[in-house]
Amino acid sequence: MATVELRFSAQPEHVRTARLVAAAVARRAGVDEAVLDEVRLAVGEACSRAVGLHRGNGVTTPIRVVLTEEEKTFSIEVGDEVPGAGAAAGVPGARAEAPGESDDADGEDEMGLAVIRGLVDDVEVTAGDDGGTIRMSWPTTPAETDADVLS
Amino acid sequence: MDLSLSTRTVPGAGGDRTVVEVGGEIDVYTAPKLREQLVELVNDGSYHLVVDMEGVDFLDSTGLGVLVGGLKRVRAHEGSLRLVCNQERILKIFRITGLTKVFPIHTSVDEAVNAVD
Repeated sequence: MATVELRFSAQPEHVRTARLVAAAVARRAGVDEAVLDEVRLAVGEACSRAVGLHRGNGVTTPIRVVLTEEEKTFSIEVGDEVPGAGAAAGVPGARAEAPGESDDADGEDEMGLAVIRGLVDDVEVTAGDDGGTIRMSWPTTPAETDADVLS
Repeated sequence: MDLSLSTRTVPGAGGDRTVVEVGGEIDVYTAPKLREQLVELVNDGSYHLVVDMEGVDFLDSTGLGVLVGGLKRVRAHEGSLRLVCNQERILKIFRITGLTKVFPIHTSVDEAVNAVD
C-alpha cells in the first residue's frame, strides 16, 4: 500500500507542492539527507513532464504521485494518463509538438527525462494505453528509528 | 517560494553588461517569468547578459530550457549569456545535462561582467 498518495490537477503551480510532499515523506522514510535534493528535483521533473503531457494533449484528469516506503527502499511513481506518451517521449523527437508550445519548450520533455536518468540510479519509464509511469526508487538507511517512531 | 528578478546595468571590460539577479525557485511554474524577462531585455537591445543565480534555491529542466532559449536569442545578435553560480546543487544540474559546456559559469558577478571572449 502506498505510504502517501497525491493527486493534483495538471497545473504548473502544483508541481512545487508535489516536490515538498515527496521530500517530506522521503525524509521520514529514511532517505539520506544528502539525497533529498535529488528526490526533490527528480519528482519535480517527473511531475512537470506529466503536467506538460496532460496540458499538451487536452487531458483533464489529475496527475497521480504515489510515494511508497518499503523495507529498504523508498519509491515514487508519477503517472500520467496520456496513452503511449512515456514510450514516445523516450525517443527524441518522436512526440509531435503540441500546438501553442513555444520554441523554448522544444525538447524539454527529453531534458526532463535526461535529468531524471542522470540523477536516479533506479528508474523505470513505462507506457501503456492508459498512460505512462515514471518509477524511481532510492535506498533508505536501516530503520533503527522504527522503534523510536512506534514507542 | 516565488521567483524574484531584478536587473541592473554594470560597465565591464568589454562594454556594458546587463546583470539579471534571480532569486527563489525556477521551475515549470515560475520559468515563464524568467523567459519573459530575458526576451524583453533582448528586444530592448541588451545582448550581453549575466544571470546571477546565487539566490536560486531550485532549478529544474524548465529553467535550463529558458536559459538555453536566452542564449539562443543573444547569440542571434552576437551577444553573450554568462551565469554566476557557486552552489553545488545547482551546478550539478548543469553538469549532468552537459550544459557546463554551453554556458560560461563564473564564481562572481565581477568576474562575469569583465569576462571577454
